[in-house]
Amino acid sequence: MLDMLLEGAIAFMLIAGGIFAFIGSLGLTHLKDFYMRLHGPSKTTTLGVGCTLIGSLIFFSQENGPVIQELLITIFAFITAPVSAHMLAKSALHHKLKPDPRTRGNPQELESDRPKHTVEEAPQGNSPLP
Amino acid sequence: MIPPLRWLPMPVLSLLLLLVWLLLQQSVALGQWLLGGVLAMVIPVLCRPFWERQPRIKHPLKLLHYVGRVLKDIVVANLEVSKLILDPRGRMRPAFVEYPLTLTENFPITILASTITMTPGTVSAHLRLDNRTLLIHALDVADIEGLIAEIHQRYERPLMEIFES
Repeated sequence: MLDMLLEGAIAFMLIAGGIFAFIGSLGLTHLKDFYMRLHGPSKTTTLGVGCTLIGSLIFFSQENGPVIQELLITIFAFITAPVSAHMLAKSALHHKLKPDPRTRGNPQELESDRPKHTVEEAPQGNSPLP
Repeated sequence: MIPPLRWLPMPVLSLLLLLVWLLLQQSVALGQWLLGGVLAMVIPVLCRPFWERQPRIKHPLKLLHYVGRVLKDIVVANLEVSKLILDPRGRMRPAFVEYPLTLTENFPITILASTITMTPGTVSAHLRLDNRTLLIHALDVADIEGLIAEIHQRYERPLMEIFES
């Protein structure tokens, strides 16, 4: 009985992790500008990795005693993801990448003294998806 | 709080390092305690010049409460972002929001910025130290003032109580 419950929990964690990682990657291809694409990997993919690791943690704890190392991977992922997202956003602002025209707010970091250059490529062109 | 000593400048960091070492080694043998203890004492002394000041945690219990809240919010935020990405009509209202900081110390600000990135559909993009505002990019926001008020109420106020009050 307990085994079945644990197996259910493992399966749930793995599937949830897979779905979250997939949605994060989908966001990476389908969102319109750099700043929006940043949201996918910084949140969804981190939780995807977290879920998968928790599933694997339960599985290996069940096999051969408590395994806690993988919890460390989760913690490190949760510490480093916001920092890398912040650095990516900072460098995007430094390059003055153009945000999507629907974006409200006009930060002074994006006001250029030089003529604007578009480093941003939009491979999907005018796809109907977000 | 444990008072900092000359040969042990960052007691909390040392404790954390020892804990991580023991977890990584998967063993609580005497040798691992000794090796971990030596590392936990040497590493803070070596990297001391890079640290500004030891953050002082005034309410450890409130910190635990804060961590619990953030973990819950991470799951909620993920469901929201997933919904936004999957919505085929794509009615997103992205915005740059300037968030006025009331926190003054660097370490709590770092935690706040990380929390903002991990949780409510927002990424902290730029910290302006000159006029103390944090530039946030939000994926979908209807009410900018409301978002600012929510971040203040939900995250910044508890952090102030934990670290600065």
